[in-house]
Amino acid sequence: MVQGRVREIFGKVTHWAVLVGFSVLLAFPFYWMFISTFKRTNDLYNLKINPFIFNEKPTLEHLRLLFNDTLYLRWLGNTVVVGALVVFITLLLSVPAAYALARLTGRWGQRLGIGIFLTYLVPPTLLFLPLSRVIASLGLQDSLWSLVLVYPSFTIPFSTWLLMGFFKSIPPELEDAAMVDGLTRFGAFLKLVIPISTSGILTVTIFTFTLVTQEFVYALTFISSESRQMVGVGVPIFLVRGDVYYWGSLMAACLITSLPIALLYDLFLDRFIAGFTVGAVK
Amino acid sequence: MAIVETRNLTKVFKEGQPGAVNNVNLQTREGEFLVFLGPSGSGKTTLLRMIAGLEHPTAGEILIGGAVVNHLPPRERRIAMVFQSYALYPHLTVFENIAFPLKAQKVKKQLHRQKVDWAASLLGIGKLLERKPRELSGGERQRVALARAIVREPSVFLLDEPLSNLDAKLRASAREELEQFQKRIGTTTIYVTHDQVEAMAMGDRVVVLHQGIVRQIGTPQEVYDEPADTFVATFLGSPPMNLLEAEDVIVGFRPERFLPSELLARASSSEEIASKLRAEHMLLADLGKRVALSFRVDYVEYLGAERVLYGTLVGTRFAEKPVVSRIPSSIVEKFEQNSVHDFIVPESELKFFDRATEKRIEPKVFRWQ
Amino acid sequence: MSSRKLGAAMFLPAILYVLAVIGVPFTLAFIYSVGDVKIASVGYHFVGLENFRSVLRSPTFRRSLFDSVVFTVGTQIIVLVGSTILALALKEKFRGRGLVRFLILLPWVAPVSLGAIGWKWILDSLYSVINWVLIAMHLVRPYDAPMWLGEPVLAMMSVIGVESWRLLPFSTVILLAGLTAIPRDIPEAAAVDGAGFWRTMFQITIPMILPIINVAVLFGVIFTFTDMTVVYILTRGGPYDTTQVLPSLAFFTGVLGGDLAEGAAISIFLVPLLVAVAYLMLRVAHRSEVT
Repeated sequence: MVQGRVREIFGKVTHWAVLVGFSVLLAFPFYWMFISTFKRTNDLYNLKINPFIFNEKPTLEHLRLLFNDTLYLRWLGNTVVVGALVVFITLLLSVPAAYALARLTGRWGQRLGIGIFLTYLVPPTLLFLPLSRVIASLGLQDSLWSLVLVYPSFTIPFSTWLLMGFFKSIPPELEDAAMVDGLTRFGAFLKLVIPISTSGILTVTIFTFTLVTQEFVYALTFISSESRQMVGVGVPIFLVRGDVYYWGSLMAACLITSLPIALLYDLFLDRFIAGFTVGAVK
Repeated sequence: MAIVETRNLTKVFKEGQPGAVNNVNLQTREGEFLVFLGPSGSGKTTLLRMIAGLEHPTAGEILIGGAVVNHLPPRERRIAMVFQSYALYPHLTVFENIAFPLKAQKVKKQLHRQKVDWAASLLGIGKLLERKPRELSGGERQRVALARAIVREPSVFLLDEPLSNLDAKLRASAREELEQFQKRIGTTTIYVTHDQVEAMAMGDRVVVLHQGIVRQIGTPQEVYDEPADTFVATFLGSPPMNLLEAEDVIVGFRPERFLPSELLARASSSEEIASKLRAEHMLLADLGKRVALSFRVDYVEYLGAERVLYGTLVGTRFAEKPVVSRIPSSIVEKFEQNSVHDFIVPESELKFFDRATEKRIEPKVFRWQ
Repeated sequence: MSSRKLGAAMFLPAILYVLAVIGVPFTLAFIYSVGDVKIASVGYHFVGLENFRSVLRSPTFRRSLFDSVVFTVGTQIIVLVGSTILALALKEKFRGRGLVRFLILLPWVAPVSLGAIGWKWILDSLYSVINWVLIAMHLVRPYDAPMWLGEPVLAMMSVIGVESWRLLPFSTVILLAGLTAIPRDIPEAAAVDGAGFWRTMFQITIPMILPIINVAVLFGVIFTFTDMTVVYILTRGGPYDTTQVLPSLAFFTGVLGGDLAEGAAISIFLVPLLVAVAYLMLRVAHRSEVT
C-alpha cells in the first residue's frame, strides 16, 4: 500500500517536471526577447552580470529606435494589407470549394480533397525560382502584389482541407430541410451553412493570416526594396547596419510581432484541432 | 471464487453535492450471480467501478475474499471486467486480445496458446482468433470480451451492462448464453443493468439501487412480490404496480392481479378458472377476501399473449385515479373504450407503504369509500 | 443547376487557381533544370542533363545533400520523442493546463524567421546566454566557450535544435488529438487486465496512435527537408557550407548567384522525397479509412 503511494507521488513529480521542463525550453526565447527589449544597451552587452534579470532600470530606447528609425511599422502595415487581401481571396475560393468537396462530389470528393491537401506539400523552395521568373515577366517584381498572387497557392489548400472538416460535421439534414422548405442547394449554402460555420470560417481566417505572416522564402525572393518588405523578412534582414545587429530593437520587433498572433492562435486552437481531427483522423 | 463485501461504501464526486454512492453495505455469496439494478444515475456503475478499483471510494471499505482491497490497483484484486463497449484492443487480433492479460501477468508464453484456446472454446469463438475486432459483429465482440475476462481465472467477474449494445433480438439469446456460461464456470459475478427483465431473469439475487442507496437486496421473487418500498415496487414489473395514495398510506397492487370479476363469477369450477388464467393469475383462484372496484377502460394495448388495459377507477375515494390491468389473451371478452366493468383485487395481494417514508408496512385496515 | 454541376462550379475556381500557381512553376522547374536560364538571360537553350551532371559533380552539392539528410533525420528524432512525451504529459486535465498549452505553442506560432533570430541572439558568439550559464557553472572557460554557430558540428546541432524547437508544438498538438481520441475504457481495461504504466503505454497507447504518429512524422519530414529559413537566418549555410541544406543551396545558387538553371536542378532533388512522402501519406490515409 505504501508502495502505491510512493509510486503515485513519483509519478506526479515526474509529470510536473516534464511539463515545467518543456515549457521553459519552448518559451524561454520569448522571455529572452522580452528582457532584451527593455534592457539598457550596456546592461544587454555586459558579460559580467546576471543576464536573466534587469540589472539596470528597464528602458524604452530600443522600442523608440524600432518605431522611429526603422521601417518596422511600414513592414507591419505591408503584412496586414497583404494578409487581408490574401484572406479575402482565400475565403472566396476555398469556402465554396470545401463545401463542394464535403457535400457534392461523393467518392471523387474524398480523392480531390486529399489531392488538394497534397498540393500543400509542394514546397516553396521548389517553386520559388521559376516563380521569380514568372513574377518578373508579369512585371510584379518587387511588388507586394506578387505575394498577394502567390500566397493563396498554399493558403487555399490548407483552408479548403480545414473547412471540409468543419462542413462535414454539420448534419446534412439541415440543408435537406432547407431545400424542402424551398431553398436551392446554393441558397441553402449561402443562407444556412455559412452563417452556421462562422466559427470555422473565423478559424480559417486566423490561420490563413498567420500563414501569411510566417512566410519567408517568397517574400525574400520577390521583394528587394526595404520599404516594400514584409515583417517576417524585414526584421531579420534589414534591422542590421553593416555587420552590426541591433539586438535590442530586433528582439523588440520579434516580441511585438509574435505576441498578438500567439494570443489569437490560443483562442482558436480548439476549433482548429476539431477541424483537423474530423478531416484527418476520420 | 470469492466473496465481495462493501462496508459503508460512499463516493462523493463534488463537494456539497449528494454522493453517487451512499453508505452501501452488501455481501455477495460464493458463486452467485448478483445483479445491481437501477435507473441511470443510481450509482450502480460507480459502485461496480469502485469494486474494480477504477474509482477511489470517498469513505468505506471494499473487501474481496475477506481482505480489504481499497488501496490495491485493479490488477491486484484478482477481478476481471467486461465493459459496456467491450473495450477490445483494436490493433490486436482476437488471440492477442485474449492473451493480453496473460502477458501482463507474466504467464509463460508457452501456456498462452493453451489458455486462450480453452477460453475461446468455452465461448465458441475458436474460429475467430486471427481476426481483428473491427471485423467482428457485436455478439462476437462480446464473447471475445468475456473470453479475455475468464482467461485469467479471476475470483470475481464484473460486468457493466454488456448486453445494452446488442440488438434487441440478439440480446435475448446472448442473455441465455451468459447465464449458462456463468453457471458452468461458477465464478462469483456482479452484473450491472438498468433492465429489470434482465435482472429478474439472470440474477440469483438483485440489489436495487436508487440515488446511490440500496433499496432492497433479495431474490427476484422477493423484490417482485415483497418490495421494500415504492421505488422497488414500481421499478420492477412492467407496467408498474398501481399505486393509490391515501392520507398516511399508499396502497399498491400489480396489474396482473387486477382482473375482471365476471371472469370468476361465471366460472363454475376451478378447472374452468384455471383454463382461463395463466399461471401467474392462478393465485386469484385461491379464494379469500377480494376488493371490488369499478374500472373504466380508456385505452387497450393488444400485445399478443396478453392485453394491457389503461383506465381509471370509478366511484370509491380513488375515483379518476389511473390504473392498469394485464389480462391474458385467453380471456376473450371485449373491453370497449369508455365501458365500465367490475374488477377485483384479492386483499392478500394489496401491498401497503407508509406515505411519508415510502417503505413497506404491514397491511392495515383500509377504507375504499 | 444539378448537384454535380454546382459542385464542379464551386470547387473549380480553387483548383484552377492552385494548379496554375503551383503547376506552372512546377513544370517550369523541370524545364529550367534542363536548360541554361540565368536570371538576366532572355533565351533558352536545351542542355539536357548537363546541369544535373555539373551539380552532382560539385562537392558543395554533395555536402548539402548530406547536410539535408542529417538535418531532417536529427530533427525528426528529437521531435518525435519530445512530442510523444509532451503529448502524454498533456493528456490529462490539470490545473494550469491552459497556461502550459499557451507557452508550448509559442515556437510554432511566432513567425519562423523571428523565432530563429531570437535564437541567433541566444547563440551569439560573444553574448550567448547559454555560454554565460556554462561559464558560471564552471563547465567551460571564458575564452573557450562554444561557438554555437561558428563551428561545423555545433552549428549543425544548433540548426537541428532550433528546427526541432519550432516543430515540437505542431507535432505535439497532432499527437494530443490522437491521444484524446482513444476511448477511456481501453486503458481501464488494460489496468484491469494487469498492465502497469509502461506496458499500457508501449503496448496499448502508442500502437493505437501509430497512424497519427505516421502523419506527424511525414509532415515533419516534408517541413524540415524543404525548409531554408532556419538555416538561412542562423548560419547562411556556414560555416563553410557545413550546414548548407538543399533548399538554401538552391536559393544561393539561383537567386544570389543568378544561375536559375542550376538552382532549379538542385531543387529538383527535393522531388523524389516529396513523391515518396506523398505516397506514404496516401497509404496511411487509405489504411485508416478501412478501420
